[in-house]
Amino acid sequence: MQTAIHTLIHGIISIWVPLFCAVIIVAVLPLCTGYIVLMERKVMADMQARLGPMRVGPHGLLQPIADAVKLLLKEDIIPDEADKAIFWVAPLISVTAGMLAMSALAIGPWFQIADLNVGLLFIVGISALGIFGIVLGGWSSNSHYSLLGALRSAAQLVSYETAAGMAIVGALLLAGTLSTREIIQTQDDYGVWFIFAAPVGFFIYVVASIAETNRAPFDLPEAESELVAGYMTEYSGFRWALYFLAEYTNMVVVASIATTLFLGGWLRPFAGTPAFHFLDYFPTLLMLVVGGYCFYRAPKQPVKVQKMFMGVLGFVFFLVAAILAAPVLAPAGSLIASAMPGLHGAFWFLLKVGLYIYLFMWLRFTFPRYRFDQLMRLGWQFLIPLSIVNVMAIGVALVLHRQWGWSHWTAFPLTTLGTLAVAGWLGWAGEKKDKEHVFVGET
Amino acid sequence: MADERIPFATHAETTVLGADEIILNMGPQHPSTHGVLRVKLRLDGEKVIGSECVIGYLHRGVEKIAEHRSYQQFAPYVDRMDYVAAVSNGLGYCEAVEKLLGAEAPLRARVIRTILTELQRIASHLFWLGTHALDIGALTPLFYCLREREEILKIFEKYCGARLTTHAFRIGGLQYEAYDEFEKDVERFCKPFDKRVDEYESLLTSNRIWVGRTKGIGILTAKEAIDYAASGPVIRASGVKWDIRKAMPYAAYDLYKFEIPVGKNGDTYDRYIVRMEEMRQSRLICLQAIENIPAGPIMGKVGKVLKPPPGEVYHAIEAPKGELGYYIVSDGTTQPYRVRIRPPSFINLEAFDKMIRGHLVADVVAIIGTLDIVLGEVDR
Repeated sequence: MQTAIHTLIHGIISIWVPLFCAVIIVAVLPLCTGYIVLMERKVMADMQARLGPMRVGPHGLLQPIADAVKLLLKEDIIPDEADKAIFWVAPLISVTAGMLAMSALAIGPWFQIADLNVGLLFIVGISALGIFGIVLGGWSSNSHYSLLGALRSAAQLVSYETAAGMAIVGALLLAGTLSTREIIQTQDDYGVWFIFAAPVGFFIYVVASIAETNRAPFDLPEAESELVAGYMTEYSGFRWALYFLAEYTNMVVVASIATTLFLGGWLRPFAGTPAFHFLDYFPTLLMLVVGGYCFYRAPKQPVKVQKMFMGVLGFVFFLVAAILAAPVLAPAGSLIASAMPGLHGAFWFLLKVGLYIYLFMWLRFTFPRYRFDQLMRLGWQFLIPLSIVNVMAIGVALVLHRQWGWSHWTAFPLTTLGTLAVAGWLGWAGEKKDKEHVFVGET
Repeated sequence: MADERIPFATHAETTVLGADEIILNMGPQHPSTHGVLRVKLRLDGEKVIGSECVIGYLHRGVEKIAEHRSYQQFAPYVDRMDYVAAVSNGLGYCEAVEKLLGAEAPLRARVIRTILTELQRIASHLFWLGTHALDIGALTPLFYCLREREEILKIFEKYCGARLTTHAFRIGGLQYEAYDEFEKDVERFCKPFDKRVDEYESLLTSNRIWVGRTKGIGILTAKEAIDYAASGPVIRASGVKWDIRKAMPYAAYDLYKFEIPVGKNGDTYDRYIVRMEEMRQSRLICLQAIENIPAGPIMGKVGKVLKPPPGEVYHAIEAPKGELGYYIVSDGTTQPYRVRIRPPSFINLEAFDKMIRGHLVADVVAIIGTLDIVLGEVDR
């Protein structure tokens, strides 16, 4: 009986969940994107000693919806001089590529559209197609600013895709598979996330992924103080919003790749250690705290509707807390308890993705912007050599460990130290070269 | 397509690969030309091989207006030139007219003027720092800078009721006595301000990206700076120790001790360092001044109707952006015959083309930022 029900559930999961996930990605992702933007504005406000959006809804919680409606209603301007067909289709390419890349990601063991055996290759390949949208959009606008933005974007993506790809290769060597699901499974089997085995690879991927998604300090293609808005200068209304959507979707994609490859995907921290099983209560507690905060703030809202809104929000968080608590509290082996990996897996995955995106924002509000030649120098003279060395170091560590029987604890730290030494040398050599090439204005 | 008006005869470089140059029009509506500056750039790829600044979008004919106003009536107009440092503008004008009249403001008035002007220098430099960092891509310093600037503006507001275009001084002295808590307010701002500057410096000074973006950019040698008649932090960063507060002391500057920071390389980074140090020095001047504000009248003996004897006068002060000079010709009537203003921004902007040649598009905004121009003053 028990097994029959499990088989049935498995059947439902394998057919309906992918469909359900696809619907979520197409329908809900834009909304999520809106809320990532809100989160970004709030984080920015927090770092800059101000409040951020506070007017639309309590604490500005409805701001993304208001923005979306505004953008939908705006006039869609296509410049006379533009190449209309390409101008029209370019943002769609970007968005489609971003969303398609989501399809092979495993957000928890239950939530995945397709578990491709070439999963990671597919994701990297498809998300790189998004650049066509940017280049074509910049070209078809027939404006200098757009053209310069598109050129920068193309050059930047080509350079940093290499470094990111090599960083991914390092982790793939450890995993021995391209399927996102199996990569996470391997990390579970080893009992260690790959960030600890290949920290340099993770660092390279962080830098390269920021550059790939055109985020500060590498946001040259849309550097607003130089190129107004770069490749999307001539875009307006919803077509502009599509570019925006593509950018944030790409952020989610690269964050998901990093989570899958380096941060253990849906695995709870210390998943294999019984002493840390109390961490299973963390999701519930977090939701309770957030819900409690909503209830605490509710009476302080100025308008009655906002009070109700905050109340409902608090209630929703409590509900989520209850759902997350159920499998932990249910007796082991029961039907409810078997929902554990699916629900908690998704929670941990999304939490890690959120933290990764938070890191992006933190960097954005801290650093000035690179100049184009500096960006290229960093990419070609530092990151790409370093990523190649990193791949070799991981290979050496694997040989030492598997063939020669060295322990994890000596093989990986040693090779990491070696890679760091190379990184130091590269940095030092680059600095020296910089000094020789002092950029002097023409006389 | 090439626009022949853009000067490029002075350089003998052809484009790489013989590709066409493009002409990029930056402004007058652009996020980082600090107002309505319009720059036409000749680009080879992203490299700037020539530029032309088109100004005049904010021209209001300030100098002409002066010829139809009495001396007192014209005073508020000068606030609207460099609207980021209105107090300094007012000081220059009032002292120039006083010189023309042969009158002098009482010591108490001069000390209070010095304090307010130095506060204004800090406010102006803070605004420069925030926008300059924003242009180079650092979003956050702007908000910290404006937070401190707000405290200064509050002092102005308490003193004379206005925050931006203050019209704080009168010809012959001051209209308003310093309010009761004036010294305390200034002290409350100045005491912790040193640490605040340290904070900004921790965000930028040793930041690799910031150093990379500013070192070696827009170099102006000492000789070039003198040739271009640059002034203020721009010339000091090139290593020329030229500060009118020391060279030709006015107000009460001869009473106080302060250093003139100078740079060495004359690049954008040095100008940044010089201005940061100037803020610290201004703070020291304020702290010295509030220790002992002499008692006495605040208004000198000037008549209700000002009729300076026929003649001419040039008076310059060290405004936050450089040498701000007023050249006033009197024909003995109640209205000036001619007022000519030497705005530091306008003269410093002349060096723009020299500084930008050979750099990249991204450096254009860095150089506009480092010149610290205010278009109200450039166009008048």
